[in-house]
Amino acid sequence: MTSTVIAETVPLLAATLADEPGEAGRRRRPSVAMWLSVAWIIGLTLVAVFADALPFVHDPKRTNLVHAHKSPSSTFWFGTDKLGRDIFTRAVYGARTSLMIAGLSIVIGLAIGGTIGLLAGYFRKKIDYVTSLAVDVMLAFPALILALAITSTLGHGVKQVVLALSVLSIAPLIRVVRAQTLVYAQREFVLAAKGLGAKDARVLFREILPNVVPSMLTFALTGLAILIVAEGGLAFLGQSVTVPTPTWGFMIVEGYPDLERYWWISIMPCMVLFLTVLSFNLVGDQLSKRFDIKESLA
Amino acid sequence: MRRRRRKLIGDRPQDGVLLEVRDLKTHFRTGRGLVRAVDGVSLSLERGKTLGIVGESGCGKSVLSRSIMGLLPRFNVVRKGKVVFAGRDISGLPASEMRHIWGTEMAMVFQDPMTSLNPVMKIGAQIEESLRYHLGMPRDDAVETAEVLLRSVGIPEPRRRLEEYPHQLSGGMRQRVTIAIALACGPALLFADEPTTALDVTVQAQILDLLADQQRDRNMAMILVTHDLGVVAGRTDHIAVMYAGKIVESAPTSVLFSELKMPYTEALVKSIPRLTNRSHTRLEIIGGRPPDLVSPPSGCRFSPRCPYAQDRCRTEEPPLQEAPTPGHLYACWYPVGSPDQKLTRPELVDPAIAAGGS
Amino acid sequence: MRYFRQKLVQVVIVLMATTFLSIFLMRQLKGDPAIAITGGLVNDPVALEHVRHEWSLDRPVPIQWLRWLENTAKGNLGQSSAFNVPVSTLIKERLPVTLYLMVYAQILSLLIAIPMGVYAAYRSNRTFDRVSNTVAFGLLSLPSFVVAIFLVLVFSLHYHLFPAAPKYVSPFDNPVLHFKNLFLPVVSIALAQVAVYMRLLRADMVATLQNDFVTMARAKGMSTARILFRHAFRPSTFSLITAAAVNVGALIGGAVIIEQLFGLPGMGNLTVEAIARRDFLVVQACVALFAVGFVLVNFLVDIAYAFIDPRIRHARALA
Repeated sequence: MTSTVIAETVPLLAATLADEPGEAGRRRRPSVAMWLSVAWIIGLTLVAVFADALPFVHDPKRTNLVHAHKSPSSTFWFGTDKLGRDIFTRAVYGARTSLMIAGLSIVIGLAIGGTIGLLAGYFRKKIDYVTSLAVDVMLAFPALILALAITSTLGHGVKQVVLALSVLSIAPLIRVVRAQTLVYAQREFVLAAKGLGAKDARVLFREILPNVVPSMLTFALTGLAILIVAEGGLAFLGQSVTVPTPTWGFMIVEGYPDLERYWWISIMPCMVLFLTVLSFNLVGDQLSKRFDIKESLA
Repeated sequence: MRRRRRKLIGDRPQDGVLLEVRDLKTHFRTGRGLVRAVDGVSLSLERGKTLGIVGESGCGKSVLSRSIMGLLPRFNVVRKGKVVFAGRDISGLPASEMRHIWGTEMAMVFQDPMTSLNPVMKIGAQIEESLRYHLGMPRDDAVETAEVLLRSVGIPEPRRRLEEYPHQLSGGMRQRVTIAIALACGPALLFADEPTTALDVTVQAQILDLLADQQRDRNMAMILVTHDLGVVAGRTDHIAVMYAGKIVESAPTSVLFSELKMPYTEALVKSIPRLTNRSHTRLEIIGGRPPDLVSPPSGCRFSPRCPYAQDRCRTEEPPLQEAPTPGHLYACWYPVGSPDQKLTRPELVDPAIAAGGS
Repeated sequence: MRYFRQKLVQVVIVLMATTFLSIFLMRQLKGDPAIAITGGLVNDPVALEHVRHEWSLDRPVPIQWLRWLENTAKGNLGQSSAFNVPVSTLIKERLPVTLYLMVYAQILSLLIAIPMGVYAAYRSNRTFDRVSNTVAFGLLSLPSFVVAIFLVLVFSLHYHLFPAAPKYVSPFDNPVLHFKNLFLPVVSIALAQVAVYMRLLRADMVATLQNDFVTMARAKGMSTARILFRHAFRPSTFSLITAAAVNVGALIGGAVIIEQLFGLPGMGNLTVEAIARRDFLVVQACVALFAVGFVLVNFLVDIAYAFIDPRIRHARALA
């Protein structure tokens, strides 16, 4: 029932169909913003990983009361806090902690949630019904409270925070992966594979998984952004990692009382947090458009 | 909201030229380049008459009807040429002015009634909307009129239908509803854009008959756009054959069938399956694919697929010229029946040869 | 009808499972629950025994859960160990604050997002659309507490327009102050929401506007405003409503941070403190309340779907 009009006005539609306004008349190349985001993420990761070796990164724990409360300058790029610690350095090490926690959590969440989602979406029937119900329950349980419960009882070291965040990310990931699996499980190439005698495991692994992975990855990127924020939230409530170096959230909280006079203590980590989250969001968004386009053509 | 129907067009004489289109071009700016969907079309239509526009998918006919009506968005769309409706030049009018013509003087029936009706609005509301907005009818009058309209398009139990939603009706009935909506304010010109393509064959004839009846009763002109020559055969006064954004042949209906000149028209006629054929008769096809509207072939645009194409066809584009019979125009260097016509590519004509070759 | 019965069953199961889960989790903690419930202030063994009996603490967890349900049905949510007042009183005090915060934030964000989204879809790919999309993207990358901090920096500390540590004032006592104090917290939450809603609505509307029935409405000569709002808007609201519902659920968590930052005595604040101070009964009640709220909102969303799209209405009625 394809309307002939669509066939004739496809060029017009293509210009307006984009989720994001694209320039009509130019094939959508990854935008400047996308490259900047990728650059930021890579740069941040490199700096965080090699922090110890970098010359412009000092010792995050070094306190020097002489330099306390200095505003941003050429020596202290982000200024110093009340103990004279270099905020920039702390932000760098904070990146390490924040990224590691969020990264680990999303990976674990993907591994567990993704697997369950795949199985539920593929086998359906009882597994699906039970899983969906369980996911509903998990989502009904207020997220932050669960996280808080975990950290306040088990402590707020890296392991516990990762546990809390992973647990939180499982339910949404199950939903997303399941939805994607459903789309592909009904496709004809799956039926064809089964018709050729392929066993379930093989079908799952060779036919469905490769198709689901792209959307898993894009969701993982956005999920990463969300988890970084969530961790920030936890830190804000005092429930996140402080040893050896605090995460960004913690730095923000620490600086809040002094907001009026020494705004940089809080605002600098805010900026870094914002830019990082923005970058992940942008990249995730662009990727999702790439894959979705292929989807709609298929 | 009460709106008076603005008298933009003036009193209607009972006959005469209603619509005149002169060298209309509609191009779309896209990533691939300029899509020349309509590339210089001229036609005219008198009151009460029917014009059929025939062509394959992708030839620009739907864009043509929308362009004449002025319905296309303006962003990245280039529209040139002249459209004169009831003596008034509507070519450059902005949408705010055209709105008073749409629905009241000109109306369109779309191809797929499932998508052209708003799924979340009741049928009655969709009809009454035009009546109340353009004619300023109070609510009760509008409901009454809607009911009358539904009955006139052959829908049983019209009162009940007013309260129903599109998905509760069958395809044929839905199309009747769209016709009712289009006719609500009594337009002088109706565009029927593939009105039966999305319907069952059995329903197609009914809908076409309905359109013909309404047309007669209202002395309404109609432009019937379709890819199916069979649809326009008995129901139009004049037919224009479109290819790659241009009109390649245009003639009064009977003349077109009896004296067709352009090979494309011939191919179209031959491709109509006939009941009288023996069973398992191979269907005639037109080989090849519709041309790229961004960079159409040089010379005659049909030449890559024309079984009679000669060198001149590939280099020089034939202009529309008059045939001996008045009102018959065609664009071909070696038209059907002319002594110069040569069958240069037989494989395009006989599917058996084509099949045998592959 | 069958559909609704199914949904109802699901709702009940979810509620039961959630409340059970919370009791189960808390009983995993070390220590005598009776002591925890009384906040370690009561040493009298008889009193402790009384508490144990009231909440069936010496029985297995499922029994404890049933007991809790029973008590709740009778209106007895227990006594808060941390605050030393009945839990129900605490909730009565704190719930309105959180509700106001959430409701105002949603209303504000929808009021801004809807017109912007509609206009962006109407003039898609032009300047307004592109600019607003970029801005929206930036906004939704801003965590609410970052927004809050910036707002405080500018409007509280620099310009002294709004209080940084507002006291909650009931609208019945002093409406002006009520709104003034809640302004910054509400905006902090609403800002990111605006971005999400706007983008969702815009995307859906752009898709809807491609539909034939919109061209048809235009061919009928309908005005732009009418087409946008009377024809195109309703079918485009699905994503919006879903997102709003999800947000309400998320807000229950997100509002915690804002409440903490601004020192507002809401449910989120309460829960955080209760967890920190091992106030079991309060946590229990809070979890139950949040779950009920979440489930209720989802239920309402389903009804909204049926309301918007009559096709769904009829399909479900037949099912």
